Amino acid sequence: MPNADAVWILGIHMTKFGKHPDKDVVDLAAEATLGALADAGVKMKDMGVLAAGNLLGGGLGIGQQLQKQVGQTGIPVYNVANACATGATALRTAVMAVKAGECDFGLAVGVEKLAGAGLLAGKDRKADADTWTPQGRYGAVASVDGRIGTETMPGVFAQIGMEYGHRYGGATFELFARIAEKNHAHSTLNPLAAYQKRFTVDEIMSDVMIAYPNTRSMCSANCDGAAAAVVVSGSKLRTLSLEQQRRAIKISASVLTTDPWEEACQVLPNVNTLTRNAATTAYEQAGVGPEDLDLVELHDCFATAELVHYDNLMLCKEGGAVDFFESGATWRDGTTPVNVSGGLESKGHPIAATGIANIWEVCHHLRGEAGDRQIPDAKVGLAHVIGLGSACGVHILEKAAV
Amino acid sequence: MASPVPIVDYLVLDGDPHLVANQCTGCGARYFDRRNSCANAECGGTDFVKVPVATTGEVKAFTIVAFAAPGIPVPFVAALVDCEGTSVRGNLINVDPDPEHVSLGMKVRLAIYGLGADSAGTEAVGFGFEPISN
Repeated sequence: MPNADAVWILGIHMTKFGKHPDKDVVDLAAEATLGALADAGVKMKDMGVLAAGNLLGGGLGIGQQLQKQVGQTGIPVYNVANACATGATALRTAVMAVKAGECDFGLAVGVEKLAGAGLLAGKDRKADADTWTPQGRYGAVASVDGRIGTETMPGVFAQIGMEYGHRYGGATFELFARIAEKNHAHSTLNPLAAYQKRFTVDEIMSDVMIAYPNTRSMCSANCDGAAAAVVVSGSKLRTLSLEQQRRAIKISASVLTTDPWEEACQVLPNVNTLTRNAATTAYEQAGVGPEDLDLVELHDCFATAELVHYDNLMLCKEGGAVDFFESGATWRDGTTPVNVSGGLESKGHPIAATGIANIWEVCHHLRGEAGDRQIPDAKVGLAHVIGLGSACGVHILEKAAV
Repeated sequence: MASPVPIVDYLVLDGDPHLVANQCTGCGARYFDRRNSCANAECGGTDFVKVPVATTGEVKAFTIVAFAAPGIPVPFVAALVDCEGTSVRGNLINVDPDPEHVSLGMKVRLAIYGLGADSAGTEAVGFGFEPISN
């Protein structure tokens, strides 16, 4: 019998990630939503809450735009934005509504159109002003991006990986390239990934340099995509069919954190402490430990980021991320497979969809429906995202006991 | 001619050029931006004093940016420098921007450079960190 106190994923869907020139954000969100409802065996009229995220679409109210295509039932809509953690925030919002007893069913959707977006950087540098005039919180007389550090995402996350290397050693250009090699290799088994091509370490290292040590194939792939999930209360799930109960996935932990103040955190974003805090709370909520995880989807927005999160999620001992990777643990046949979907580097990173798409991946393994890339007998998995600013989402998912 | 202006208000050009931080009088936390209050939730102080930041430090992290937003010259080295306990963001300058010449743990010192004059003839001055050669 499903745990009545828990919130469960009843249905989940992700679109193919990649280029969808003929579809707009509403088309993609609708495709993911209708897919998730069909997977759950329920209708839009059953939903009691909708949480939706779309970061760069520009339009207001993606949730309401979506309702106008898939069903205007008058339910509350929460349009959420939390950088790259937007999808996880949408899911967490739906989970909170169900957990609070406001409704039995909730829907979470994340969608992004990002194909061809190019480098995610700060603003273009305009010509300097006619007269030097201090502006803003730093009294800057000129644009500081490129003059006082960098605002490009590949550059910020490169420094995050290098800082780990400075503290613990061993984090070489080649090591980061080998992390990317793993994720690209994994993606060859994922038909929904934006890219399904294996690269050699040499090819990755000699690819176009973006921000040392991140070359192009070590950066997340900009693409279009959407993902949606239907969540249900445990008590309601008990009234549904045995087939629905069998395929339901238990959300054993749902955690969202921001970065607590520490020295330097306003100088270079600290993505470590808030991830460690989220993971600690999640393991406690779920009553499982890192050693129990059969697979992990973590936020490899850049190869340099994946390394630090081995440590932050406590998959290895503190300071041991390099050795952990070297041991082969995070390959799909290792002890803790990480990013068997291909990760953001190869599956792709349609920003607001990512925090639900990684849950989709874990759910498919737990349901035994992951096809060629199935991790055998997977029972527990963890999904992690981080958005700069910062926000971190960690969900721990477990196979139904039915 | 008008005195040169610093690129940001936390760069002080009088005397030996150096950076200043807004230091919380309650807990000692240091910030470079204009403050509303202290972000350290244990403190929440609202009083700050200007304190000089050490002009020498060690490179804690760096990246060599080869692709940046349009209009920004590349490559350049962006870094996080530990200036005797205060972390500072800045470019590494007066060094070749390649992994053979830039390394983690490298000792550096503050250096300034001209950004050019505006229409009134006033010079702006930027800062970075340059290697301390042994």
